[in-house]
Order: sequence, then structure tokens, then C-alpha cells
Amino acid sequence: MTTMTQNQTMRDNSWLLTELPESVIEHDAARMPKWLADIRRSAFRQFTADGLPSAKQEKWRQINLRPIRETAFGLPADGATDVSEAEVVGHSLPFVDAVRLVFVNGRYAAELSDARAMPSGVTVQTIREALKSESTILETHLTKYVNADDDPFVSLNTALLDDGVVVHIEKNITCDTPIYLLCITTAADGPIITHPRNLIIAEDGAQATIVEDYVGTDGEVYLTNAVTELVVGEDAHLHHYLLERESDAAFNVSTLTAYHKTSSTLSSHTVLLGGALVRNNVNPIIDGEHCHSLLNGLYIGRGKQHIDNLMRVEHRKPNCESRQFYKGILTDESRGVFAGRIIVSRDAQKIDAVQSNQSLLLSEAARANSMPQLEIYADDVKCTHGATIGELDEEALFYLESRGLAEPQAKAMLVHAFAGESLERMNLPVVQEALLQMLTQRLPFTSAANV
Amino acid sequence: MTTPILEIRNLHAGIEGMDIIKGIDLTINAGEVHSIMGPNGSGKSTLAQILAGRDAYEISEGEVLYNGKDLLDMDPNVRACEGVFMAFQYPVEIPGVKMTQFLKAAVNSIREHHGKEALDAVELMGLFKEKAKLLDLPNDLMKRAVNEGFSGGEKKRAEIFQMAVLDPTFCVLDETDSGLDIDALRTVAEGVNTMRNDKRGFLVITHYQRLLDYIVPDHVHVMVDGKIVRSGGKELALELEDKGYSWVDEKLAGAAG
Repeated sequence: MTTMTQNQTMRDNSWLLTELPESVIEHDAARMPKWLADIRRSAFRQFTADGLPSAKQEKWRQINLRPIRETAFGLPADGATDVSEAEVVGHSLPFVDAVRLVFVNGRYAAELSDARAMPSGVTVQTIREALKSESTILETHLTKYVNADDDPFVSLNTALLDDGVVVHIEKNITCDTPIYLLCITTAADGPIITHPRNLIIAEDGAQATIVEDYVGTDGEVYLTNAVTELVVGEDAHLHHYLLERESDAAFNVSTLTAYHKTSSTLSSHTVLLGGALVRNNVNPIIDGEHCHSLLNGLYIGRGKQHIDNLMRVEHRKPNCESRQFYKGILTDESRGVFAGRIIVSRDAQKIDAVQSNQSLLLSEAARANSMPQLEIYADDVKCTHGATIGELDEEALFYLESRGLAEPQAKAMLVHAFAGESLERMNLPVVQEALLQMLTQRLPFTSAANV
Repeated sequence: MTTPILEIRNLHAGIEGMDIIKGIDLTINAGEVHSIMGPNGSGKSTLAQILAGRDAYEISEGEVLYNGKDLLDMDPNVRACEGVFMAFQYPVEIPGVKMTQFLKAAVNSIREHHGKEALDAVELMGLFKEKAKLLDLPNDLMKRAVNEGFSGGEKKRAEIFQMAVLDPTFCVLDETDSGLDIDALRTVAEGVNTMRNDKRGFLVITHYQRLLDYIVPDHVHVMVDGKIVRSGGKELALELEDKGYSWVDEKLAGAAG
């Protein structure tokens, strides 16, 4: 379908992340508008100045980035993919009514996507399409919300952003059709790094559901470095789902920034299942009154997985609510980290912020860390935080066993119950049911038990 | 001679090096209701927990035979599958596990153990409905998480409801009467009484005689300091009620002196 291009030849050479040739940035600049080329150059300068984060930086203290630092990643080549329709179906969540945009190795794959007609008032484009169109949305919004401070991964994403989706929901439009982004990373000549970049704008009174799903070929080493910026207009409601089920050898760093206008609602649901090293950044910026921000998360670690969650909830205006509910289930030698920062500005009075992180340890060697961080500059606020780290409840286990359930089945039931709370907060049955099945496959005890 | 349902022989048990059960012998035959009464701390609930399979307790001596088989050698779920049921003194709240889901798993585990086919959802709902009626349980209870947010009375009724659903051979009721008002007590007792038959055995553990007005036992045992100090018919319960546990203690002291 595509012939070998000069571009591809160049990119076949592996490069070290820390020695990214500036020529790639300059090469791409030729086919981009100046404003974007400038943004990329500036972000690249930032990235080269910062380098990969060190463990001395507070935001990165709990995560060992050595495996990423020591891997020679290459950029994916442009061109045809060898992913079949059947593989896409195999990976895909079984939506019947969703718009499905498939990205393979960071590039939009039109032939594998199902971009059915959207309701009027809803525009779904790839970044590359949007750049060719008259739309000024990208120029107006891209990079305006995400915070690159102390986060070279964000700078790197911006420096190399090249594809992803731009969704625009016009004023007072309710988009009932879920917008499903399936990002597949397949085997390449060597480890590759992709930089998915998404921009979702819900104008005032608009509603939509976005599902980002990251999958990969089993056993492959690669790095997905994704950034999504959401703008939730006045009275708008965005439902955002992030499903991370990468290859167990892969790395995933994702950053979700949501900018809230007055009376807006964000429901963010994050489920982290795959990946050797996973970093999940969620950053609502609540810049209007009467907003509600829900961060609902579930992470399941096994083997030697390290799953690291960094929440940064910024309350800039009064009379808002935020809810962080993150649950971790950790087994084998896995490690789960949750750092939740709530920042309440001086004028943001009457804030009601709740943060809860519960970890369930299913093995001796599994570890969990929980770090609430409150920065409160207003004097009339309600901020509560709680963290629990524990094993399965012995009393409950005995109760179930004493009614005839074998130990593995009883344990499975309790583990499912623990995870179930996170699933119940979601409102997409397709996602809930698919997750339930994935949990049954992944969690210890559960595969054998009929729960 | 038929094999008793339960035979406890010279049982000694404790926890963390502390002796609690100090030599108990007790035989319960099919069709019999036995009651163990005793003051707080006498070891009644420990005995119930040991029979149900709680592994926190160390058995230092003696044995327990259930239908002639070594009960102490069985895992708790195997005991349940073989027909042992304990109604908990403090039923555990299990958030996130629905009552129906839990009972479905329990019923079908037990059926599977006996080589029977699993009941489907319709058959199960029919069974639950029938037994719930018996215990006068509110309809929504089945849709809720196991024991979560149940009132004290609802928890105890739900235990007897589970007992009715699981259809055990040997039932231990561990202070099922505690925290119940008279109406709830009557409902629970009626539930138990409808299950009395010549194949089943009951061990009713209680601190108060009141429950035994409604569940009339064939045999009453008084347990003090880990031992059964007196056994008799149902009139023993009345005597205890009349004279209090100090009466037993005095008699013991008298016997010793």
C-alpha cells in the first residue's frame, strides 16, 4: 500500500531516547504548520534540557525508570501495518455502536477503523486530518492545558506528537455514541516508542464518552507515551475511560489533563492491567465553580509489574467537589504506588475533596505505597483522605468457606467484590462486562473459580 | 446401633497457648436437639467455631466424629458440603458480594460435592423465595451485599434462612438469640422448628434460657470453664434460669470440697 519513503529509511535506525536527533523534528516540520513546528521545537528543547526524570525529583521518587533509560527505542515507521482485521477484532472491546479509531504503532489505520457517521455537531478527526482542515481547534487548544513541569514525558510527547484524535462536541450536543480509540502496538524491528496525542473539546452543555484502550502484542518491549487533553465546557459532562492492557514487557506512561469550566463534570475511569512499568498521571484543573470531578481507578499488578499513579487535583475556584477513588490489587512481586495531590487555591473556598486509596495485597512479596499530599491555601474547605493496605479479610473468608465455598472460590469472590466497587462507578456496560472477564483471567484464584 | 451425627470425645483445645476447651464429651444423635448453656467465657462459642472449622484454634487432645468420620480433618468448606452448618453469633458483613451470588455459589458447591447438577437461576430463586418466606425476610435483602447494613435481627434471620436453603444435617446455632427482640426470636425459632426432623441434629448454644422456650431441647448441658459440668433434660434450663449460673458454680465447689 505504501512505498518505502525516505522518512522510513531514516527512522529504521534505532536511536537512544536521550540522543534524539533534532533532525526528526526538523524533518517533520516541513509538513506541519509553523505554529505546531514551533511548539514541537520548543518542547524538544525542554526535553533535552530536562532529560529523563531522576529519582531525586519528587514526582518520580517511587518509580525506577532504568528499564526505560536503558532501552534503545526507535520511532515507528510510517506506512502499511501488518495488523489484520481479525487481530483488531480480537483486541477490540465489543462495542456495537461505537466509533472506533484504530491506531497501529501510533499511526491512524483508516482501513481498520470504523468511523461511522457521527451525529451532527460532533467532529472526530485525526490530528493529521485536522491539520489539513480549516479547523482552528488544534491551534487554539493543543498544549494549552497539560502541565509539562517536571514531566519530560509530556515534553517528549509534544516534541514528537504526530497523530491521535481531535474530538469536538458542539454546544448542547449529547453524543451517545462512544468514541473508542484502540491503540495497538505490534512487533517491530526493535523496541519502539509511540506518542499518541488526543484533544477532546466538549463545548458548553455538551456530553460525550471517550474510551482510550492501549493494547500490544504479547511479550513485545515498547513504550507508549500518551497525552490527552480534555476541555469540559460549562455544564458539559465528559466520561473518559482509559484501559491500559499493554504487553507485560512494555512500558506505558499516560497523562490525562482535564480543564473544567463552570458547572462541568468529569468522570474519569482508569483501569491499569498490563505493562512492566506503568505511570498514570491524572490532572483535573478545576477552573470554574460548581464542578464535579471523579477520578475512579483500578490497578492490578502481578509478576514484577510496577504501577504508579500520580493524581494532581487542582481546585482553583470555590464550591466544587472532587472524588478520587483508586483501588489496587497486587500479587506476586508487583508494586502499586498512589500519590494523590490535592491543591486548593486561596480563593477556592467550600471545596469538598475526597481521596481514597485502597490496596489489597495477595502475596507476601507484593507491595503498596500510598501518599496523600494536601496543599490547601483556602481556610474553609473539606478535604478528606484515607488509605488502607491490607490482605483479604480472614473473617469473611471463613464465613464463605463455612458455607461450602472452596478456599480459591471464596478468595476469588472477595477479590472480585473489592474490584467490583470500581466497576460499579462506571456507566458503560460493554466496558464493565469486558473488564469483569479480564479480571477473571488476570486475578489469582479466579480463573479456576466460577464467580 | 446407628452412628451418632456427632461425637465429641475428650476434646481439648485452645488458642495461643491458652486452654479454652478442657475435655468435652458429647454425643448428638439424629433427631436430637442439644443445648449448651453457660456463662460468658465458658468456651461455648469456641466449641462452635471449632466444629465449623476455624483454624485459629489448636486441638491438643481428643477427636470429633461426624457421621463416624474425622471432622477435624476436614476443611471448613468440606464440612459444609458434608452437611455441617454454623449460624454465626456475629455474621460477617461482606461488601460487594451479593447475597444471591453468595448463596448460589454455596448451594452449587454443596450440590457438586454430592455429584448433583447445579441449580439454574430460576430454580435457585424459587428456593430462596420459599425459604425467605419462612423467615419473613424482606425481599430486598437478597439483592443486598451479604449482611451489609442488615439490622441485628435481619442478620440472625438471614443465618437461619441460609441454614434452610443449604439443608444441612447438623446445625450449630451460636447464640442466635443474642440481640433479638421477642418477635424476631419467635420467627427464628419457628424457622428452626420447621427444620427439626428425625435425620437432623442441632446444637443450640445460648447464654439465656429464653430461646429454649421456643426451641425446646431434648438435652441441656451446662458448660463452665471449658467443661460440661451438668447434663439433663429441658428442665435443667429452667432450673438454671431460676437459680443462675452461680448455682452450678456452688454445686461444683461443693462437689470439689
